[in-house]
Order: sequence, then C-alpha cells, then structure tokens
Amino acid sequence: MKKPKKDFWGLLGGMSFLSSLMAIAVGLLVGFIILLISNPQQALLGFKAILLGGVSDMKNVGQVLYNATPIIMTGLSVGFANKTGLFNIGGPGQFIVGAYAAIYVGVNWTFLPGALHWMAALLAALLAGALWGLLPGLLKAYRNVNEVISCIMMNYIGMYLVNLLVRSTVYNQLKNESKAVAASATLPKMGLDKIFVAGASASSVNSSIFIAILAGIVVYVIVSKTRFGYELKACGFNSDASRYAGINEKRGVVASMMIAGALSGLGGALLYLGGAGKYISVVDTLAAEGFNGIPVALLGLNHPIGIIFAGIFIAYLTVGGFNMQLYDFVPQVIEIITAVIIYFSAFSLLLRGFLQQRRLRREEAALTAASAGGKEEEA
Amino acid sequence: MNTLYFLVQQTMFFSIPLLIVALGGMFSERSGVVNIALEGIMIFGGFSGVLFINVAQNVWGMHGQGILLLALLAAAATGVIVSLAHAYAAINMKADQVISGTAINMLAPAFAIYVAREIRTVQQIPFTNEFRIESVPVLGKIPVLGGLLFQNTYITTYLGFLILAAAWVVLYQTKFGLRLRACGEHPQAADSVGVNVYRMRYAGVMLSGALGGIGGLVFVIPTSTEFNASVAGYGFLALAVLIFGQWKPWRILFAAFFFGLMKTIASAYSGIPLLAGLGIPSNIYKMVPYVVTLVVLAFTSKNSQAPRASGVPYDKGSR
Repeated sequence: MKKPKKDFWGLLGGMSFLSSLMAIAVGLLVGFIILLISNPQQALLGFKAILLGGVSDMKNVGQVLYNATPIIMTGLSVGFANKTGLFNIGGPGQFIVGAYAAIYVGVNWTFLPGALHWMAALLAALLAGALWGLLPGLLKAYRNVNEVISCIMMNYIGMYLVNLLVRSTVYNQLKNESKAVAASATLPKMGLDKIFVAGASASSVNSSIFIAILAGIVVYVIVSKTRFGYELKACGFNSDASRYAGINEKRGVVASMMIAGALSGLGGALLYLGGAGKYISVVDTLAAEGFNGIPVALLGLNHPIGIIFAGIFIAYLTVGGFNMQLYDFVPQVIEIITAVIIYFSAFSLLLRGFLQQRRLRREEAALTAASAGGKEEEA
Repeated sequence: MNTLYFLVQQTMFFSIPLLIVALGGMFSERSGVVNIALEGIMIFGGFSGVLFINVAQNVWGMHGQGILLLALLAAAATGVIVSLAHAYAAINMKADQVISGTAINMLAPAFAIYVAREIRTVQQIPFTNEFRIESVPVLGKIPVLGGLLFQNTYITTYLGFLILAAAWVVLYQTKFGLRLRACGEHPQAADSVGVNVYRMRYAGVMLSGALGGIGGLVFVIPTSTEFNASVAGYGFLALAVLIFGQWKPWRILFAAFFFGLMKTIASAYSGIPLLAGLGIPSNIYKMVPYVVTLVVLAFTSKNSQAPRASGVPYDKGSR
C-alpha cells in the first residue's frame, strides 16, 4: 500500500488554492474589461500599472507593505474567528476602538519612557479590540444571538463611541480629527524608510509590518500547534460533537471572538501609530480596513500564512491602483476587482467539490486497477 | 405642537426607507436566503434612481411627480438585477450567503462612484428636489392629523404604507406567500408537495432586490439634494429592523418607526427644546438604536422566530 503523497500541491491547500487563483483571474479580467470600456487607448497601460505598479520602484514596494499591515491584521481576525465557525464582520468596530485606545495612550501617557510607550499603546489597542469582540462572543455563546448581526451593531456603536471620545479627549478641533501621538508612541522605522525610498521620498513602511507578520505566526502556532487551537477548530467543525467530547464550546466561542477582536484592534494601532500622518477623522463612516479583512481572509483560505500573502496581494493591487490613476482611471476600479474576486471565491466551494470528486474518482479507479493487478499476482 | 409636527414629519423620512427595505429583507429571509447585501442594493437603487431624475430633469426637461414614480421603477429594476447576482450565488451555486452579500456591498459604492465619475467627472449626482408636497389637497386641512401625516410630505411615504399592506396580504393571504414561508421553514417538506424551492427563493430574493432598490431612492429623496454613493448604513440598519421586527410585517413597522424616531432625535435634538436642555451629545443618540437592538436581541434570541432554513442552501439530494 502506497503512502498518500503530501506534496507541494497539498501544502498549498491544493484545490482551494486553485479556486482562489481562478477567482483572482476572473476579478482581474473584469477589471481589464472595465478599463477597456472607460478608455480603450489607455487600457493596456492602466492594466500594466495595476499589475506592476507595486514593484515599479522601492518606494512602492514599501507602500505595498505599509498598506498590507492593517488588512493582514483584520484578515487574521476574520480568519481566526472562522476557524471556530464564526463570521467576524465586526472588524470595523474592533479596528477603530483599538486605534482610539492606542491614540489615547499615545497622546496622554507621555510619562512612559521610550519604547515602553508604544508597547503600552499596542497593549491598550489589543485590550480594547478584545473587549469589542467579547460582547458578540458572549451574546453568541450564552444568548444565541447571531454574531453577524451583533457585530454589525458593535461596528456602529464603536464608530459613534470613538467619535464621541475623540472629541472629548484627544481632539484637534482645527482639523476635526484626533491629535498627533507623542514621538515615543510612534512605531520605530527600523531603517525601513532608508531601504524603501525612491529618490528623496521615503515610503511610509515601518516596523508594524513585522508585528503583523509576527501576529500571523503566533496565530498559526495557536491554531495548529496547541490544544486550545485544536479545541477551537473542533467547535468550528461540529459544536455538538466537541461538546460531547468534553470541550467547553461556549468558552471557545467567547475566546475566539475575543482573540479575533484583539487582532483587529491591534491592526488599528499599527495603522495609526505608524507615523505616516494618519489621524482618526470624526466622520460617520465605518473603518474600511475592517471590512477589507474579509476578502483577505477569504483569499488566504483562512490560513494565517495564506492571509499574510493575501494581505500583501490586496495591498499590491491597491498600490497598483494608485499608479493606474496616472492614466486618468478612477481608483474604484480596484475595489470593483476585489468585490468580483470575493464574489467568485464564494463559488469556490462548488468548484472545489467538483475538482475533488474528479480526483477521488481517478484515485478510486487507480485503486481498483491496482487491487485487480494484485489478485492476479496471488493467483 | 409645531415641534411635534416637525418630529413626526422628520421621523417619516427616516422610517419609511427602513420599513420598505426591511420588508424586502423579510421576503428574502422567509424564503430561506439571508440577504446581507441590502446595503449594496440600496446604493444601487439610489444611484440609478437619482441618475434617472438627474437626466430627466436636465436632459429631457421633464418636471413633476411623474419623474419620481418613473425613478422608483428604475430603482426597483436595478435592485432586482443586482439581487439576481446574490440569488444565483446563494441558490444555484450554494455559496456562503454572507460572502456573496459582502461582495455586493463592496461593489456597490465603488460601482456608483466609478460610473458617476465616468459620465460626470465628479462622484456626486445632484437633483432638484421638486417632489416635496407642502400639503396634500383636502387631507392636509384636517386639524392635527393633517399636520401630522399630510403636510410637508412625499408620495414615497404613502408608497411605504402601501407596500406594508401589500406585503402583509402577499405573505399571509395568498398561496404564493404560504409557499414562500414553507421554503424558509422546511424546504424539503415544501419540495415534497411539489413546490419549486429554487423558484420560490428566487422570487423572495428578487422581491427584496426590488424593495431594497426602492428603499435606497426613498432614503435619498427627502434627506439630500445629491447622491454620493452612500446610504449611510441604512441597509444594515434595515437588517436590524427586520430582526427587531421578528420577520413579521406589523412588528417591522413598529421597529422601523422606533429606529426612525431615534435617528430623528439624533439629527434634530438641538431643535427640540426639551432635549437640547439635557446637553447629551448627538453621538449618544446615534448609538441608541444599535444598543437597543443588541439588548433586544439578547433577550429574544433564545426563542427567536427566525425562519428555520434561513441561510441554509437547499440541496435536493441532502437528507
């Protein structure tokens, strides 16, 4: 009996990876058609800018990493909750309360020396985000409230609460936004601004990308290498079976939502402490980075390492979109492409099933052929 | 008394779109398909409706209430087309309904901005609001009631009530409604007696598309003079109204008015002497509908009346 092969294909998640690629291909194709419709002469140049803009110079490479950071975090958040069978659409709320907590600490706690200051700010964001994930988790576990609805509610509550708090605690009245954080609360550049430059203009990339990647690795270890992660996954597959096996599935739901919230909250801190002139504007708009975690997690197949790459990919498209504007195209083309990619990745289940069935049938055929051959030898 | 009139009139502007869209969501969910794409469908509806009004007013030189009625039809048609994308993913492809809904929500504002900038170079589409009715003939003269319901109003307000009545009749008094509800509760049972589950679910989603599109336009007309690729989260709020209303038409009416009143207070509390004196920041009022929804959900979800099969793809072959 041959051992089942665990090859490169299997490492990539096999069929799922293929279906993600197909969704991306369809998305890009739609994008190209839109460019063709709006301006046929410039379409090829614009499309080239989307495809290659992210690597056109070192500054843009840095911008890709900078843009990837927050959506990797929210993507990890969505992906982690998904392991427990929960759909965390509460990213925008968790993200913004995390950002606010970080800014509050960054502006006010100037008594903290040096690096301790930004670490405290990150910790505050982590806790605030966890709190914002805790409530939907508790409601889901103990009151049977659908987490999608409660997360949507928490998004708006978080947004209005942060607007209220920014105005009353860290308000820059002139610009209707939050104040700048102290220099000691700004995340270190770690020389990245020296590497990722084009001429005199440096990119906004900073150490936050390392924190995001580290978070991805931590999530990977928790999910794949610990008993806790195993229990969470078991709840996601079949909560009745895991309860029967002695797993406290209510606690799992609460913990999963808290960790997911903490990841999004940390993402908010990483964006607003990046020292790139980002401030919370007091407007009634949900944080887009929170929602963008959903496509990132979907494309990354809910796998932490996949999510890091998916985040970089979406950021790559975004930076390509900025470059595309040189040819007078509207930047929303990128959002349309992303939306199409998500729509078709929703189909991936069917495609995956179809491909898997074909493979199974082939393997079965091979097996019956092999066993038939074996019998002949015996005889 | 004038404050009361003002309050009721404003509440109508906020409540009616919520009512219409939540009723749309009701049809979809009671047929068994969760429609989280309502926000996106509203944006599509508002966009096409306002674009139609803009073109009718400026290019064709049309005037009067007739434009609004035609624009409502355009919005409904757009909503139906968009909802078909959701229906196809949810029903034929058996995809995760939340994901395809999210995709539509992402697509809608991007599409609206893209098209607006392609044809007008700016993303806002303005229109002249000539649809406000100062006072309905005869009815507006009724003391008290006239001031509350028939002054400073829009035909869309009455359309909202008409849709409510129609929705109740369709859902509870027709064969179609009974079959639709069966598909949302127990599609296998419905199928076993010869109801085409796929077709009923398509009907439910398309109804939600039509009402969502209409709701988008109904939201924009009284509250703005331009469309800027957003309906301010009203689609998500309508989802909350739907759940708050426990998937039942008359309760949805109550929930929509409660949310509408809260929204009105949040935006106009400084004009109400009693509330302005309290000095509570507007953000608190803005939060209230969401907090209340959470609290209500916490107490009602244990024995929620959600359609049993809502959100579950129907597979003929499964047991």
